[in-house]
Amino acid sequence: MTTQRIKFYQTGTYTAGNRLLDDEARTVQSRPDRTNSLNSGHRACQGCGEALGARYAIDAAMRAAHKRLIAINATGCLEVFSSPYPESAWQIPWMHSLFGNAPAVASGVAAALRAKGHDDVKVVAQGGDGATVDIGFGCLSGMFERNDEVLYICYDNEAYMNTGIQRSGATPPFARTNTTQAVGEAPGNLLGTGKNVPRIAMAHGIPYVATASVADLHDLEAKVATAMGMKGARYIHIHVPCPLGWGSDPAHTMKVARMAVESGLFPLFEARAGRVVDRTKIRRKVSVERYLELQTRFKHLFEPCRNDEAIAAIQAIADEHVATYGLLESEGL
Amino acid sequence: MVTVRIHGRGGQGVVTAAELLSTAAFTAGKQAQAFPSFGSERMGAPVMAFCRIDTRMIRTREAVTHPDVLIVQDPTLLHQVELFAGLSGEGYVLINSTFSLDELGIGEFLKSMPSDHVSVVPASDIGIKHLRRPIANTPMLGAFAALTGVIDLAAVQSAMRQKFPGSLGEANAAAAKDGYDHVVTHPAGERSGKDHARAN
Amino acid sequence: MRAQIEGSQAVAEAVVLCRPEVIAAYPISPQTHIVERLSRMVKGGEVGRCQYLNVESEFGALSVLIGASAAGARTYTATTSQGLLFMAEAVYNAAGLGLPIVMTIANRAVGAPINIWNDHSDSMALRDAGWIQLYAETCQEAADLHLQAFRLAEELSCPVMVCMDGYILTHAYEPIDLPDQSEVDSFLPPFSPVQVLDPSDPISIGAMVGPEAFTEVKYLAHRQHLRALTLVPDIADSFEQQFHRESGGLYRAYRMTDADTVIIALGSVIGTIKDTVDELRDEGIAIGCLKVGCYRPFPAMQLRAVLESVTRVIVVEKDLAVGIGGIVSADVRMALNGLPIPVHTVIAGLGGRSISAESLKHMVRDARAERLSEPYFLDLNMRVVDEELARRQEERQAGPLAEQLIRAVKAIGTKVV
Repeated sequence: MTTQRIKFYQTGTYTAGNRLLDDEARTVQSRPDRTNSLNSGHRACQGCGEALGARYAIDAAMRAAHKRLIAINATGCLEVFSSPYPESAWQIPWMHSLFGNAPAVASGVAAALRAKGHDDVKVVAQGGDGATVDIGFGCLSGMFERNDEVLYICYDNEAYMNTGIQRSGATPPFARTNTTQAVGEAPGNLLGTGKNVPRIAMAHGIPYVATASVADLHDLEAKVATAMGMKGARYIHIHVPCPLGWGSDPAHTMKVARMAVESGLFPLFEARAGRVVDRTKIRRKVSVERYLELQTRFKHLFEPCRNDEAIAAIQAIADEHVATYGLLESEGL
Repeated sequence: MVTVRIHGRGGQGVVTAAELLSTAAFTAGKQAQAFPSFGSERMGAPVMAFCRIDTRMIRTREAVTHPDVLIVQDPTLLHQVELFAGLSGEGYVLINSTFSLDELGIGEFLKSMPSDHVSVVPASDIGIKHLRRPIANTPMLGAFAALTGVIDLAAVQSAMRQKFPGSLGEANAAAAKDGYDHVVTHPAGERSGKDHARAN
Repeated sequence: MRAQIEGSQAVAEAVVLCRPEVIAAYPISPQTHIVERLSRMVKGGEVGRCQYLNVESEFGALSVLIGASAAGARTYTATTSQGLLFMAEAVYNAAGLGLPIVMTIANRAVGAPINIWNDHSDSMALRDAGWIQLYAETCQEAADLHLQAFRLAEELSCPVMVCMDGYILTHAYEPIDLPDQSEVDSFLPPFSPVQVLDPSDPISIGAMVGPEAFTEVKYLAHRQHLRALTLVPDIADSFEQQFHRESGGLYRAYRMTDADTVIIALGSVIGTIKDTVDELRDEGIAIGCLKVGCYRPFPAMQLRAVLESVTRVIVVEKDLAVGIGGIVSADVRMALNGLPIPVHTVIAGLGGRSISAESLKHMVRDARAERLSEPYFLDLNMRVVDEELARRQEERQAGPLAEQLIRAVKAIGTKVV
């Protein structure tokens, strides 16, 4: 008897654009008419999570805005690798002003559009964690409290990467960067420092706050679409691995991002008007070690000897997220 | 050119007084410049404001160091700040008080000035009468008109009606008139605001 | 219509007449009256669809305008002193991006020590950022210059600072003639941007330019900026034709025919200097004054031409380049390079100190008798300075200078200045 292997494709997997899905449920990325807002030819590193995140996010925003979108970009990796003068990878109207003012510049664009009565044109602001969490924080808070008509997207690779891997207010505990080296009594970034900007955004009471990851394209696109359908100040915080800065294999970017989500370290949730309203449950929970071991920025926690205390502290953070957001609950929140 | 220096404390409308004076002069067809000299916004701090009135365009921007007219809205400044610095011997002095010059401790000091150039006006009381608050600036401007003749009462009142709408403008205009009348009815030599106060 | 109004109010009304579309401002003394009035007018619906944003800092204010201007809106803000410096990065950015933003600078000293009164240290600190700088002599001119500024900015794609002395002009009441809307509309057409963020025609703005092209970009920006040397007088002439008064321009000469001594200055002090010139002329001294109306670009050739046959020049400036001396005088010296004309630097009015005609006259006499030190600090209290210097010989003291001075002087504050 001859046998033939038959492959079954399941819906609701991680794959982008599945032929068994309804047309409406397919991702923007799987469509031939996707705008490629961030076109190929840019100068990002191999395996750059931010390039991926930006492409996903802006194409989704363009679809939602019927291609009437203006993007403002803070200084950083994305801006630098996408606009190598005299070329630009952007196929949409795009402006870069300064490191710390993207939220304010975007607020200004939104105000101009309003003054001119161009109600159909939408505004997106984007920046890395440095631009968002640190130097642009004042402007970000101002944009939030005024409830300006801007969707701000933060691509969080957890350090100042474009300047050579320095610590930011988003750098996780124990991570090695070039200003939190793995030396001394407390190697790596200090436990107990850092800010949670999604929660700070929620504290401003803005209409929509969400976290997302390049590991879950459907989820990311859906959140961008939701945000684009709303008015007022909106904030999406996307976790984007940086192979260079994190010391991970460029081929493992998606895997690293997925481990962050499945360990609970990077919870995926949505909030409206300051309250968490939904979250993405963890499919197969993993210990934080599965995540940490993929990145040399955490190598000092394992070599020359295991730092059980540090690893336990990181695990505790993950466990706290699981509890706070109900990431393993079978029912709703 | 006539130079006026107004002294008071933050919250007493010293700056507004200078503004109104300049508007009054403008209404009367003259050139006028008014500007303040103060620090950060704070109630109670000493404040000065200046006003220059002339027939020709006024170009200078320096502080008024040699005033022709001194208006003192708050007598508690009398011995604290060098109020009289630069006052010319032929100058005019208007002080808001119900006390006499001697009681204020400056009778000797002002003895050398022409008696019809100095007047003590119970402006705060006039303010209470018309505006229910001890607002001294508008009565003092009426008194200014009477004492110096630089501008007439009508111009002063017009400035008030322009600045303050409706009944508030009228009340200020009435207060200005009372200040004006006080000076007129207390001729040269009378150096006390007491009579007016007692009459009330 | 002519009325006795506050300088700040006149500026706000002039700005509104220019039909701004986006205003973003952060309050700081002595600019507050301008932005308060503007916010009231916008909120009251008097300015069409204009959007007024209350921002979280001056850096935020100019950043908002950078975005709005890039999206094609006519934009305005006002600031001073610490606020101008707080937005310094954005100031350079706006000029580099060629955005025609108009900004009022209510000139005020820059700390430390903190000082809220007038001098030019703020606008001088950013004189090289690429903005055009115009200085107003009177409140009337301050109002007029805003009309001219928008037209200038939009024709050149270059931002413009209109500088007016804080408190001295912002808080002064004087007679001001404000034009009506139809007159302003004839003078100032709607904003038509050179490049704009528009989904129908996407462009990328703000690229990084490397060593291979940066010099050319800067050179072209410099050339563009210099075009203002022609445009400023043209616009001033156009203004005069339409509104029947002299206003703006690169410079204005006063009684300079046959003058052997000329005082040069910026801003409101020119009024006091004109009175001083008249008094000295009455004494038989051949003196005139020259107001620099446009400081950037610096009208070097024009000043050289008009000062060529003068015996001496005295620059009275409200700023100090610590460690070297005059700022404006250095530019004047450069303009007169090669000519046998001594240029005296007189530092006056720092931190709001009143400049009197009396002091100016003494200074002129000293200058003419070649007794003036260089630079010369007008009305410097030598007694206090000498005491402090002597004290420092005795004891070493580190820390804030002003606080050390108070220890020596003991009582500052009750004096009527």
